[in-house]
Amino acid sequence: MDNFKYIFKRILQVIPLLIIVSVISFFIIRLSPVDPLAELRLNPSISQETLDKEIKRLNLDKPIYIQYFSWAKSFLKGDLGYTSAGEKVSTKLKERIPNTLLLTTVVIFMTWITGIPLGILAAIKKETAVDRLLTIVSSIGMAVPSFFFAILMLIFAVKTGWFPVGGLTSYNFNEMSFLGKVMDISKHLVLPVIVLFTISLSGLQRQMRANMLEVLDSDYVKFARAKGLSETKVIFKHALRNALNPMITLLGFEFAGLLSGAALTEYVFQYPGLGRLILEAVMKSDINLVMASLMMGTIMLILGNLAADILLMIADPRIKGVKQQG
Amino acid sequence: MDFIKKIFQDNFAKSAFIILAVLYLVILLADFIAPYSNSYSNREMSYAPPSKIYTIDENGKLSRPYTYNYVRCYEPALMQTVFKQDRCRKYYLRLFPKSENYKLLGIIPLNRHLFGTDCGGELYLLGTDINGRDVFSRLLFGGRISMTVGFLALLVVFPIGLLYGGISGYFGGIVDTLMMRFAEAVMAIPSFYLLIILAAILPSGMTSVQRFSLIVIILALIGWAGFARVVRGMVLSIKKEDFIQAEKTIGASNLRIILKHILPQTTSYVIIAMTLSVPSYILAESGLSFLGLGIQQPDASWGNMLKEAQEFTNILYRPWLLTPGLLIFIAVLSFNLLGDAIRDILDPKSQKRI
Repeated sequence: MDNFKYIFKRILQVIPLLIIVSVISFFIIRLSPVDPLAELRLNPSISQETLDKEIKRLNLDKPIYIQYFSWAKSFLKGDLGYTSAGEKVSTKLKERIPNTLLLTTVVIFMTWITGIPLGILAAIKKETAVDRLLTIVSSIGMAVPSFFFAILMLIFAVKTGWFPVGGLTSYNFNEMSFLGKVMDISKHLVLPVIVLFTISLSGLQRQMRANMLEVLDSDYVKFARAKGLSETKVIFKHALRNALNPMITLLGFEFAGLLSGAALTEYVFQYPGLGRLILEAVMKSDINLVMASLMMGTIMLILGNLAADILLMIADPRIKGVKQQG
Repeated sequence: MDFIKKIFQDNFAKSAFIILAVLYLVILLADFIAPYSNSYSNREMSYAPPSKIYTIDENGKLSRPYTYNYVRCYEPALMQTVFKQDRCRKYYLRLFPKSENYKLLGIIPLNRHLFGTDCGGELYLLGTDINGRDVFSRLLFGGRISMTVGFLALLVVFPIGLLYGGISGYFGGIVDTLMMRFAEAVMAIPSFYLLIILAAILPSGMTSVQRFSLIVIILALIGWAGFARVVRGMVLSIKKEDFIQAEKTIGASNLRIILKHILPQTTSYVIIAMTLSVPSYILAESGLSFLGLGIQQPDASWGNMLKEAQEFTNILYRPWLLTPGLLIFIAVLSFNLLGDAIRDILDPKSQKRI
């Protein structure tokens, strides 16, 4: 019962956060000197009728706070308006969000199954050649600009011809069998995943190493050793569980970092994700699309953090007792 | 002095420090070191490959280093323009040749550059870009922007973050709740999305100085919230200490307590956070400029120079256009290593590295 109360409380906290975010982003975008309908006006295939409908829907003739409320109202109803190309914003988002989620989930999964063991390894072998090597490799991984790395991977792909370049599916995707489709998507995912994986792995490995070192230095681990437990038991039964907890909080941050980091990678690989969508929308000053994808990105980020919090609560029962600070 | 000595004891940090010092010296003296000016462009020499420098002449004898000029010609068989060396004339490399006028450090008028060739020769150490501009020279001028943007953004972020976090943590209660909710909301927006939106709504037709300062401010707007939160956490624990209570009893004003007694306690954290966050600003600027939303042509920055690497033909046949990426990598790596070392020195308790 306590669990539900905690989760419920956390969900309630999300609502004011979302409201503030929407106000901030709405005012940033609307107070800019950009005409939200400029592209729509220039597009000959958009009728005056649609234009009037948009003006009315956005209340562009009214003061800005009324505009905000009407925008919020239609957002809650799920009506996100039209892109400058005349498509529905919601269809566009439905198309792109799963792709970004797919990319980030694969990357997070891979970084965790490699980053955690590597972090433990570095901590156990502290100050040996293995640890030094891992430190050097992770320093390099943290310093490569994602888009530069992506470009290098593109060169690699073009020179070897091993991986398809750009997009998520091949041109004949629809004719493939189910297995063929899965294979096709995985092939397209390889390069973006490698780029994002390398970059987020470094941070995760370092964090895990630091946590593990801290735990290994604590009294209960010393006590476990003093009891005469084997080193394997000490590490995996006593140290690991406690070193993992802070990592769960990090999961939420990692998700956030990936959303942002993925934008440039998606752009270079022409990957049809949310990051590239918002980039293209920004370049075309397609206000409806920018606003909607910004909100979606924020919601995804908040939900990611929420999920991490709930996971942490399950893994570490002490959390519930502590009054949340700030 | 002790501090610098400690940095020099760590091999990684020592090399990082030296690399950064050299980089900053080179970009400071860019006008002198670069053979061409920032605005130099030779339309005939678009995408010329790096000049080859020879030290052994055609007779197999050791000679002063020399180079040949390139001539552009059309190869009908390949259906493309190629660059051929014009072997008729050698151009010897020279130290301190006279060429374009400039002002060293913005004051001393000079017309001699560090190196160049005999009169009429062209020396493109790292080839040229689409407009026939010398990539090597532009790397140096671009470094001026890329390597300072981070520091300037920090100069904006830190006062805001310190004051915001200080006030929020010190007063507590409803002030704290409201201020922190706002900071959390800013943090909840995916930072890169916010960055590109802010950059995109900048009005066009600004001078390059205006644009540069606005990019700095935008970068700062993204970074302050996380920093303010950490400062607040530190202030929460500092304000319970006895000396703060003592200050209160003698009647010091709140602002005085925050500025004079609480914030100075966070100094070592601030220094650590500063060195560790410069790289993220360098990366953010280069990302923005790479997308065409940051520093605009004709000004150079490492990010907007890499913009040309977005084209397939360029990355396959003109690899010299990728050099700015290498420099970003080196600068970021050095800052990271130096930051790690500084943290280990100032905060021995943290065991994040060795």
